[in-house]
Amino acid sequence: MKRKIPLLITFTVGIILIISEFIPHKPFGQLSGELEIWFLIISGFAILLGQLSLFKVNILKIKYKQRDWQFYTITLISFIIMVTLGFLWGTGKSAGMLGQGEVISNILGYKPFDYLFHNIYQHLQATMFSLLAFFIASAAYRAFIGRTVESNLLLVSAVLVMLGNTTLGSLLTGWLPESLNFLHLPKISEFIMTFPTTAGQRAIMIGAGLGIIGSSLRIILGIERSYLGGE
Amino acid sequence: MGKSKQIDRRWLFLLIFFGVALPLIFTIGLPLETTKNVQMVYDLVDSMPKGSKALISFDYDPASMPELHPMAKALVKHCFDKDINLIFTAMWPMGVQMVDDIINQLKDDYPDLNYGEDYVNLGFKAGAMITIQSMGKNFREVFPKDMNGNSIDELPIMDGINNFSNIGFVFSLSAGAPGIKEWVQIAHDAYGRPTSGGCTGVSAPAMLPYINEQKQLTGLLAGLKAAAEYELLINTPGTATSGMDAQSIAHLIILIFIAIGNINYWRDKKAGKKGGK
Repeated sequence: MKRKIPLLITFTVGIILIISEFIPHKPFGQLSGELEIWFLIISGFAILLGQLSLFKVNILKIKYKQRDWQFYTITLISFIIMVTLGFLWGTGKSAGMLGQGEVISNILGYKPFDYLFHNIYQHLQATMFSLLAFFIASAAYRAFIGRTVESNLLLVSAVLVMLGNTTLGSLLTGWLPESLNFLHLPKISEFIMTFPTTAGQRAIMIGAGLGIIGSSLRIILGIERSYLGGE
Repeated sequence: MGKSKQIDRRWLFLLIFFGVALPLIFTIGLPLETTKNVQMVYDLVDSMPKGSKALISFDYDPASMPELHPMAKALVKHCFDKDINLIFTAMWPMGVQMVDDIINQLKDDYPDLNYGEDYVNLGFKAGAMITIQSMGKNFREVFPKDMNGNSIDELPIMDGINNFSNIGFVFSLSAGAPGIKEWVQIAHDAYGRPTSGGCTGVSAPAMLPYINEQKQLTGLLAGLKAAAEYELLINTPGTATSGMDAQSIAHLIILIFIAIGNINYWRDKKAGKKGGK
């Protein structure tokens, strides 16, 4: 029963949504609209569930003093601070439990939540992303070695796209006459991106799409049950 | 053959650091030209009649700010110059703060803009693709209130907006999912609204298939270069234009190192062959 009811719900909802795509009239159109609203409500609760899960997982790691448990403490403290400040004084123009917090906003220049967001979180995320530049540079240096025919093709196209997608392409080939326009690096880069890359991407997308249809049907028909957990 | 001897990558890190930092301080002003996809976005915005309404979704967070924020600013500025009323929303929780930041950066240039008349921030709503789908059916059910708690029935900009039909175009500034793909599949494919987008350079190949004869995507702003091109088109050089120098120099360094890596490899291979003889 514990597994049959979720399977029945999945089957019914899945079939209603599929039919509503082909027959968008009463009752299917109306039902799918209602189900979409339910989904939005459940999504809201899922965020709350995610936060509770984050709290629980981190508490357990700290409790059992797992490796690097100190970092989990920082996560939890940061989480509690941000949630508390958001609750007390709100964010942006929306008020919190204690109102708009004019006094503290005048001192900080922002509401406390927004102050931490703009001055800490924003910079931490930008730093994390910026670090990628160093690792991509290092990876490119090591990976783009022309060992085989395939790696030579990859190397040449990578160099052309890199040159074409920066201002270097215009700088190096901008002087070419109109008759040699096909050698203009930004044009070559655009060609690589528009034709070979897009053709490859389309193949991947069609494959992924067919895969999604297959998995969805398996879930709707109750063949694939791993999402229910358990055995 | 043994592993080819390569340069210590810390040298590369050091050069990349200076290669990025110095052009940001001392602008070089390398030449830039407009590409087709950027021109398509510009033309779409430019073709909108005065007073039309556009929906811009901020589907990114601070991690993608260096690439997406300059294009967001240029696009919003272009829309305000054209008197297009903007409805902002976010499929990413932190997209809301991104909208606020852009408005704060532009408010001195447009002191006469009125919130609720010229633009509105509807905020974030969880649900990704389903949220977009529900917006297409009934906007007011998904967003009964704006970000500040005002009922959208009281906001003049929302008059006549019950679904996507009165929206001139939809634009998603996207750093992943949910983002451009979801907007294309619903706003364009299901409701036929012109849809365009801006994304990080690395995710551009995944978006390019949507630029096709059916115009699923009307142009694309891909990465910092596209943002710089857009700034060029609206005659407002900004952070993307100055950032392009840094990006170009960084790429040049990478290319030099790729060349060194290949020379080392071929030299080692040659030496190996000789040693074998």
